[in-house]
Amino acid sequence: MGRKNTIGVLGLALFILFFPLTGRIPAISHYVDIMTFIGLTAMITMGLSLLMGYAGQISLGHAAFYGLGAYTSGVLTAKFGINPWPAILVGVLLSAAVAVIVGSPSLKLRGHYLAMATLAFGEIIYIIFNESIALTEGPDGFGNIPHLSLFGFTFDTILANYYLIWAVAILMLIFSLNIIHSRVGRALMSIHGSEVAAMTMGVNAAKFKIQVFVISAVMASIAGSLYAHYVQFINPPVFDLFFSIKLVMMVVVGGMASVWGAILGAALITFLPEWLIFLEDFDILAYGLVLLLIIMFLPKGLSSLTGVLYRLVAPRLKSGS
Amino acid sequence: MEDYGFLSQLVQYILTGITLGSIYAIVGVGFNIIYNATEIINFAQGEFVMLGGLVMITLVNFAHLPMPLAFLLTVIIVSLVGLLIERLAIFPLKESSVLRLVIITIALSILIKGLAMFTWGKQSFALRSFSGDTPIPFLGASVIPQTLWIIGITVVLVILLSIFFSRTIIGKAMSACADNPEAASLVGINTQRMVMLAFMLSAALGAVAGMIITPVALMEYDRGALLALKGFGACILGGLGNFYGAVVAGIILGLIESLGAGLISSGYKDAMALAVLLLVLFIKPSGLFGSAEVSKLKKF
Repeated sequence: MGRKNTIGVLGLALFILFFPLTGRIPAISHYVDIMTFIGLTAMITMGLSLLMGYAGQISLGHAAFYGLGAYTSGVLTAKFGINPWPAILVGVLLSAAVAVIVGSPSLKLRGHYLAMATLAFGEIIYIIFNESIALTEGPDGFGNIPHLSLFGFTFDTILANYYLIWAVAILMLIFSLNIIHSRVGRALMSIHGSEVAAMTMGVNAAKFKIQVFVISAVMASIAGSLYAHYVQFINPPVFDLFFSIKLVMMVVVGGMASVWGAILGAALITFLPEWLIFLEDFDILAYGLVLLLIIMFLPKGLSSLTGVLYRLVAPRLKSGS
Repeated sequence: MEDYGFLSQLVQYILTGITLGSIYAIVGVGFNIIYNATEIINFAQGEFVMLGGLVMITLVNFAHLPMPLAFLLTVIIVSLVGLLIERLAIFPLKESSVLRLVIITIALSILIKGLAMFTWGKQSFALRSFSGDTPIPFLGASVIPQTLWIIGITVVLVILLSIFFSRTIIGKAMSACADNPEAASLVGINTQRMVMLAFMLSAALGAVAGMIITPVALMEYDRGALLALKGFGACILGGLGNFYGAVVAGIILGLIESLGAGLISSGYKDAMALAVLLLVLFIKPSGLFGSAEVSKLKKF
């Protein structure tokens, strides 16, 4: 994983541990709740960044896997009374199966064709959520989804869910960092560089691409399940096309070739509307403008900022010492 | 309402399908024009359609201009928006990756949508038909005159564009840039100007689509995304960059949607169109009329 990343993970863990102290400041006491959603979103964007930044494939349909996880968990627990933990597992297996079925033909497509195929897939799943009313209660959505519980402890407060969700997110971060620094990661980067060259070196490009697609789908599915058990209510708009596009945007804004960027992007784009709220009706305008400016002027995303700052500060530190 | 037999119903569905399909076709061609010049899928394409509708409404309903003049002015205004977008956001970044440019067009579409919400508010606006609303009976079905305008204008646009690309110097220059920008600039074509022109032409097409659909479908600030999605579908189904492909594919998507809604299930109409699109891509990865060799040469 590398020393830098280990320090990074420890830093993030400490930050997450103490962040809820901000809950004592009334004006931003709801930030813990927002951070919980960022944790969920970051799980999906980390998977997407593996897919986009390392395997070089785009997906405009990842909200569908988030939704598959949420709906499997929600329907199995609220309607059939099944224990949440096996329900999460069913969601994971279902998402993985769907990812293999959709991914195998889709990942043979390139560029815009792949974008369209994943977009069409996401939209079809979204329509199914809306139309299979017997199971999902359609556009109205349904509630009564139980909270998760472990060894007699029920995760029924915002704070408990915050720690649970971020614990999972950090595990996923460590897992993703390990993938990148493994044989699979190097194979992926070679595919991104040149698929033909990778294949001549004996890398089975198709196999690796599907593997990463499945991994990212599973990460999104787990996020979806945790979402359902946290919010206890699900309805289709959460999993629509716009969310898929937003996810891709988060990865690009954060910096495609960095899992850290995926977390940064998720945090920024989720917090942005919160910070722009004082603009009232102008907020959508400012939102579009901020995104535009970041993408235009920070080509490698937010995660490149640290490098830029480092280069600015480092020489001065050296000359000072 | 004479006899509403199955056949007349079918005719009605087919007519609706062709009408819808014409709009998808025009939007799809708009996508292709920009794609050919830049390899970008311009996600703000739907915003041009929305702007076309809303600007026309302002000129006709509030400024009380005569229809033909308003039509012309709208085309000019929306083309200028296309020009502005290209100059401000695409031209300065001409060296960056295709994906990043595509994301920029998504950000632009959010921005334009925001501006439109601010200018026109959130309500839907109506626009009167180009020539009355008396239905014309046709094979047992009834056709509203606006349908004929939509189909007619689409046909005229397709003819005009094919003449433009095959007979005029500028059109040929644009095609040359699409095939090979470096070679085109070697023979003295200003490729930068062609990209700018592509954005203007594509915006103008979007505006026309918006103006002709508004009398039958109303228009509001957030309609763009859905229309762009369908147009993108038409453009991919027909094979990226293929002009006639987008037209045929647009009509096919419109027909599936309308027949699917009428005969099978209205809730699943979009899912059916998209499922067909997916199947085609899985069997023929470069679209119905696209060439696999050409698509392999593209950067994205």
